[in-house]
Amino acid sequence: MGVSAPNSHLVPDWDSVFAQLNKGQMTDFPGGVHPPQAKALSNTTPIATPNLPDVLYIPIKQHSGVVGTISVSIGDQVKKGQALTFSSHPFSVPVHASTSGTITDIMEHPSAHASGLPETTIVLTPDGKDTWDLLPVIEDYKTASAMVLLERISDAGISGLGGAGFPTYIKTNTQKSVECIIINGIECEPYISSDDRIMREHALQIKQGIDILCHITQAKRVIVAVEDNKPEAYKALAEACGDDERMLMASVPTKYPAGGEKQLIQVLTGCEVPNGGLPIDLGILMYNVGTCFAIADAVLYGKALTQRVVTLTGQALTKPQNVWALLGTPIAHLLEHAGYKPDQQKRQKVIMGGPMMGFTVLNDTVPVVKITNCLLVPAQDELPDIDDEKPCIRCGVCADACPAGLLPQQLYWYSKAKELDKAQDYHIHDCIECGACAYVCPSEIPLVQYYRQTKAAIRQEADDKAKSDKAKERFEARQARLLADKKAREEKHRKAAEARKAAMENKGNDAKDKIAAALARAKAKRAAAAKAAQDNQQDDAN
Amino acid sequence: MIAALITLGILALIFGAILGYSAIRFKVEADPLVEQIDAILPQTQCGQCGYPGCKPYAEAIANGDEINKCPPGGEATIRHLADLMGVEAKPLDGAHGTEDVKKVAYIREAECIGCTKCIQACPVDAIIGASKQMHTVIIDECTGCDLCVAPCPVDCIDMIPVKETPTNWQWKLGKNAGGTVGDINIKELT
Repeated sequence: MGVSAPNSHLVPDWDSVFAQLNKGQMTDFPGGVHPPQAKALSNTTPIATPNLPDVLYIPIKQHSGVVGTISVSIGDQVKKGQALTFSSHPFSVPVHASTSGTITDIMEHPSAHASGLPETTIVLTPDGKDTWDLLPVIEDYKTASAMVLLERISDAGISGLGGAGFPTYIKTNTQKSVECIIINGIECEPYISSDDRIMREHALQIKQGIDILCHITQAKRVIVAVEDNKPEAYKALAEACGDDERMLMASVPTKYPAGGEKQLIQVLTGCEVPNGGLPIDLGILMYNVGTCFAIADAVLYGKALTQRVVTLTGQALTKPQNVWALLGTPIAHLLEHAGYKPDQQKRQKVIMGGPMMGFTVLNDTVPVVKITNCLLVPAQDELPDIDDEKPCIRCGVCADACPAGLLPQQLYWYSKAKELDKAQDYHIHDCIECGACAYVCPSEIPLVQYYRQTKAAIRQEADDKAKSDKAKERFEARQARLLADKKAREEKHRKAAEARKAAMENKGNDAKDKIAAALARAKAKRAAAAKAAQDNQQDDAN
Repeated sequence: MIAALITLGILALIFGAILGYSAIRFKVEADPLVEQIDAILPQTQCGQCGYPGCKPYAEAIANGDEINKCPPGGEATIRHLADLMGVEAKPLDGAHGTEDVKKVAYIREAECIGCTKCIQACPVDAIIGASKQMHTVIIDECTGCDLCVAPCPVDCIDMIPVKETPTNWQWKLGKNAGGTVGDINIKELT
């Protein structure tokens, strides 16, 4: 592999990038590790389809973004592919019934998350018929507008199946011009082979998905990147893409984590995604191969995202393999399918995801969700089971292993001392949590856990700050209102007092007038009386 | 001699005029330090520090009071204040309370008699209701300051800890990795 000078923070010159890739020249990314692959355990048999489980637990949030509103109620009959949630929020995609059956409950159920905390989950009891409720098929996608296709991708509930679970239609619906689409078939994490199998068996449909993405984004170039430890998958995709001039197949040297979005872009183009930026800043969109398959399913076959390939692996399984798992399948059902041997484990432990980035699940009712690519059930001595953190000896091996070019040791000290500002100065948010640093640490320090904790603390602090700013605003608004009320009240009282005083004065005048009038009347009366008396006297005299 | 005196006198007048003009032109309305401190404080207006709100406490800190009297802000606030004031961070003063989990007020609506006392007590207008009508708390706006609890004549307000969800969950270190849930340990496979 030739190593060219990294031209960081620059937009790739695509013609020279393609010329170099055609010659097999790629850039290396810093750091990285070579853990044992252990992929042969599961990648030799075709993707199987297990029996329908007795019950499905479908969490309403399976993507990163906003949760939709539940649109079904307990007792409803649903068909496979029917949307169970809806939302008008742009950062939301629906979840669908993974098979036909009855909604038997809507409850809090342990989540497929490291915390295992309960999340709102729709419980579906299959009727065994598996009848589809298909979306209208868009056969000729080339005549359809980008909006129609994006809407379909959204309606089908597709979010990135590679790991982060970002809604695919938001990523695709970009205002910037897309120069190149990169299809990520790297799958660098040990043990996992779900992408490998889907590439080998469904290369043509992945190609259809790529074509649809090209039509939507008007991208002129596509790089399909496969790690060089998957020659069969590479061959299958190369055959599928064979005569298409836009497509370029790239066989990427095996190194963990070459499948990281930013790492892969660096390997292929020699350019780095700027700090805080996105691949689209370089004119790149990246999709996982499974996502491409799901897009073709949604557009050409009208199928919503109801299943995904999950690797069942580890030496505590008798039949490690890949399966098409319905979303919401409890992992116990899949473990049973793969012949789980509890006696091979000291204590029951199932890892969701791979050995580097996965997490142990709470219990065996946790469901498979859109981002579940692997269930790893290690035998007793297969993976080290340690909880024995020793002091840092400042050897610096972690810095050599970090693929993001960070200083893991400094981040560790700042995380430990809760110096969140310093951790941010050292770009903790560029950490992709790949675990390479912890993997090489001779002191067995769970470095990634420290970083995750610090990232959560930083997020929490930002939330608290936003909340206190809002509280301050409301408090000040209230103070201003109370002051205004007080002033208004005083003003009212003053006016009332004035009015009373004025009224009093008026009343006083009235009284005087009345007295004067009364006096005048009395005077007039007296005068009249006197006149009458005088007249009488005159009459008498006459 | 006289020329020097005149020159100095003229200079004094000119500079005096500039200073006088600047004093008016660049007048600072409030003490910026107080504003900065106030921005760090959590704005619960709870009064646990002994001052009637966050702003008065900010003024007190600016005038030299201790920085460790704010239990709702806890360790993080003390650390930020220490940075700003250039003093050593010290542990929270226990006399003013202890750092507790985040809470929000909850009114047991069936028991509410509609007296509006809590509405008057709430510093951030987070309680809605009217006289002889049931009241309720806008949870998103509640700062958990506790000030509405005491005035309630029928004791129908509870302070409930904020529910932990996967979104606000804090990764826990150490023992739980060897326990049942959470992260797995990563180590070079030998």
